[in-house]
Parts: sequence; C-alpha cells; structure tokens
Amino acid sequence: MPPSQGDSATLVRAGRTTRPAVRRRRGRGRLATIALFLAPALVLYLLLVVFPLFQVIRYSGYKWNGLGPLDDFVGLDNFKRALSDDVFRGALKHNAIIIGLSLVVQLPFALGVAMLVNSRLKGRALLRLLFFAPFVLSEVITAVVFNLMLQPDGVLGGLNVDWLGDTSLVLYTCFVVISWKYFGFHMIIYLAGLQQIPRELEEAALIDGARHWEVFRYITLPLLGPTIRISVFLSIIGALQVFDLVWVMTGGGPVNASNTMAIYVIDWGFKRFQFGYASAVAVIMLVISLVFALLYQRFVLRRDIEGALTTMGT
Amino acid sequence: MTLRRVPLYAFAWLVALAILVPLIYAVLGGFRDTGQIAQDPIGLPSPWVWSNYGDILKSGAFWHQLWNSVLIAALSTGLTVPFAAAAAYVFARFKFPGREWFYTLFTLGLLFPIAVAILPIFIMIRTLGLLGTPFGVALPEAAFGLPLTIVILRPFFASFPNELQDAAAIDGCGAFGFFWRILLPLSRPVLATVSMLALVTSWNMFLLPLIVLTDSGGWTLPLGVTNYSTQYGADTARILAFTTLSMIPALIFYAFAERHLVRGLTTGAVKG
Repeated sequence: MPPSQGDSATLVRAGRTTRPAVRRRRGRGRLATIALFLAPALVLYLLLVVFPLFQVIRYSGYKWNGLGPLDDFVGLDNFKRALSDDVFRGALKHNAIIIGLSLVVQLPFALGVAMLVNSRLKGRALLRLLFFAPFVLSEVITAVVFNLMLQPDGVLGGLNVDWLGDTSLVLYTCFVVISWKYFGFHMIIYLAGLQQIPRELEEAALIDGARHWEVFRYITLPLLGPTIRISVFLSIIGALQVFDLVWVMTGGGPVNASNTMAIYVIDWGFKRFQFGYASAVAVIMLVISLVFALLYQRFVLRRDIEGALTTMGT
Repeated sequence: MTLRRVPLYAFAWLVALAILVPLIYAVLGGFRDTGQIAQDPIGLPSPWVWSNYGDILKSGAFWHQLWNSVLIAALSTGLTVPFAAAAAYVFARFKFPGREWFYTLFTLGLLFPIAVAILPIFIMIRTLGLLGTPFGVALPEAAFGLPLTIVILRPFFASFPNELQDAAAIDGCGAFGFFWRILLPLSRPVLATVSMLALVTSWNMFLLPLIVLTDSGGWTLPLGVTNYSTQYGADTARILAFTTLSMIPALIFYAFAERHLVRGLTTGAVKG
C-alpha cells in the first residue's frame, strides 16, 4: 500500500506558519474532514452489518420467537440442539459436498474452458460472452427454468431419471445447475490470470521440446497459482452460503436431501419462528466462514500480494 | 484448422450449447402453450402463441415488479457508491490513527453472507418501520455492498500521483475540492464499474427482499418469478413467458456492461 498523501495539501497551504495554535486548528480540521468523509459509510456499515452480527450472537443464547420480550435465556442449549440435529448435520454435510465438488469438478472445468477460450480459437470472443452470461441472470430465474426442464415431463426428464425427486440425486442436480451459473465467473478470473502469463514463455518451452501437458504442469499452472488460490477461496465462501437457487428449486427437499445451512436458518427463523435457535445456526455459519477465511488468509494467501480479496462479489 | 483441433471446437460449442439450451427453451416455451410443451418438450412453437407474453405485458404486476426492482437497485447503488467513494478517498489519501483498523473492519464484510445476519436485520428493519418499503431492502443492500466497492476503489484512488494533489492545493483546492473536482471526474471508469456490480447484485438479490417485502405490491422481479411459478404451477408456458420477460433487462444490461463487469471482477483478483 503506497503511503498516504492526505496531508501534503495541508502542508502546502500552511506555508511558513509555525504558530502551534494554528497548527493544532488545522490538525483538527483535517480530522473533521476525515470524519465527515468516513461517517456515512461507517454509520451504515456499523448499523446494518456489524451491529446485526453482535445481535445474532446475543439472540443465539435465548429461546425466542422474534416477537415477545427476549428473556428466556438458555445458554448454549440452542447450539447443542443444532449440533445434535441430524437435519442440521445433513445440511452441513451438503455444504461440504458442494464445496468438494466445486473444487474437484467446477473449478478445473472452468480452468479448462478458460484455456480453451484463451487459445487461438475462432469465435472465442463470442464463446467468452456466452459462458459468462449466466452470471447476470439471477439464481431465481436459473432455478425456475431448470426446474421446468428437469420435471419428469420436461426436456431433461425424458431420460427416466427423477432429477429432483430422487433423494440420492437431488443435491448433485443442484450442484450442476449452480455450476451452470457460476463456472463462467471463475473462467473470467482464470482468463485474466492466463493473460498475465507471457506467451513467449510457453512458446519457448514448446520449442525446447516440452509436451503440451508439461507446459501446462510446469509453467501455466504454477504461474496461475495466485489466481487459483483466490478462485478457490471465492468458491468455498460461495458454497458455504448457497441459498437462493436451492431454495427455489427444491426448498431443501425432498426429505431434506438438498438442505443447506442457509436454508436451515431461514426455515427455522421465518417459517417456524424459532428466532433464537435459527440465530444459533447462523452463528455456527458465521464461525465456519470466519475461521475458514482467516486460516486461508494466514496459510494459503499469505504468499500472494496483499489486497487480493477484491473479487468477493458473489 | 488442423484435425487435432476438431475436438476442442466440438467441446467449446457443446458447452455453449449447454448455456444456450435453457435460455432458448424459456424464450420459445413462452410462445407455446402448455399442451404443446407437455406433448413434446423440445419442439418449436406450432402454432405460435402470443397470448402468454401478451397477457403478462398487459397485466400490471410485471411492470410493477420491474419498477420495484429498478427503484431498489437505483437506491442501493445510489447509496453505496457515493458512501464507499468518500470512505475510499479517506483510506487512500489520508493518514490517521486507526486507518488500517477501520479498513480491515470493512473488508471483513466480504467474508460472510447476508444469511448470517438476516435475522437481526429483519428485526431492525421491523423496528425502523421499513418492512415492505423499498428502503427496507435498499439500505441493507447498500451496507453489504460497501466492502467490495471500497476494496476496489481504494487502490485506484491511491494510484493518483501526489503532484496532482499538490498542484490542486496550490491552486486553492482543499480536500473536498480535490475529491469532487479532480478525483471523481478522473475515476469515471472505475466508478462505472463498481456501480454496475452494485446494480447487478441488487437486481438479483433474493433472500433480503423475500424477508423484507412482506406485501406483494412491493415485490421485485425475482420474488415475482418465484411467486408466478407457484401460482401457475401447472401452466409451464406462462411461467416460461414470465421468466423470459424478467430475464430481458438483465441480458440487455449485460450486452452493454459486460466489459465493465469483467474488469470489476478481475482487477485485484489477478494483480493483487
């Protein structure tokens, strides 16, 4: 981070003034300016992001329906209940499966497509535009269209497979639809990374007799390291919070076979009005996200350049 | 084209087909009727049915939801971008105690989803009397949009040379003048980028409106689409028509903003 240069203006304007009183006044004015610029964002952020986090931790200690007084303190009971609930553990497992599949299937696929689109392929601009397009469609629209296609009498239903009704299949169906929407996003990130690699490097290796997969293994992949590490991070954070798409496609069903942590929270909070219990589950989600993010930062991203968290948009 | 490249082309266009099929299915399905779709899910419309699209376009609900979506996206972008720009300016060009601490506080917002905070947000919006109002959705959206916007803007604002600011100061430009008359006009491209990211995020937001917009009059398009698909559960053609119509604004937007979105999502991820 380059040093900040805010006070140069003040310095120049202060000119030869040396009287301490004047200096202090200017210093205070500068702080007032800073406060003025920072205040709107800070107030909004503290009120609607930071404060709710403390509140959700507070709620998690109570048995509460969200309406009456908050006075039935139950300690850690909500947490014990959640951690021993098979449905919640199932939801946790489903999030883990989506994470695993994203890393093993979706990201390598996205990388492959990125390399393809990065090569001298005719029509690659059009292909790139197409692959990234689902990113702007809402998860709701994606879910509704796929839902109809996957019905037993839909386009993909003719194969005599019950994509959304079979409890051992539904989660994987959801994963494929999630990948349909998001692989283009990761492709875009990889593409930007690939374009940073000088073409001469790969060409030189090829001239020296390296095979294509060797060039990939020993040149492309290592140089793409920082990009891959970011994309893995974004993918995991995204997979921990899966909600919209699965909620619309299956509502977490059938028989909780596609339930996720976020769905579980909304289910207990806004359908069964057990706000305290739902809050405890939200806290578990928060802890998992933060612990993962901090460990990942500490052990994986540390070697990459600072400020690499820019793309957390999804 | 050498023979070796044929499989690559085949693969690329197969993926393209996988992207296109659901979209084409939705558009064409809207021109059929449910009987046709049930008989043959893949076929072309025969005859072409215009009433699905026509009825929806004539009914008030679609336009109303479109308007709500536009209003909420504009409000939340209109709040988050100016607020974040002001904060990023201070983070980029002033030195003050606790600066990095505050900055880190903002970046932490990137690490957890809105679902974690949705219960207290609901309570707060209810306490503020904003349930069912556009502001009830736009304010939390703006708050959750701040981290990404600040993280993109700060390094951009920091990259302007000191000499620029010194020259401005000599010409009598104070901290506010420099921000308003020099920094912001020079940052138009990146401001456009963060605005478009904010617009897309708001436009596609589902969970927050679902919780906050209790009254169907205030619904945004994603809520409308889900509701429509339950309400007309059996009428596939109608649902497809409605879904197609609600896709169109996003796709038009994409056609114009694609480069901005790509740039916004990839700066930083690659250059660090």
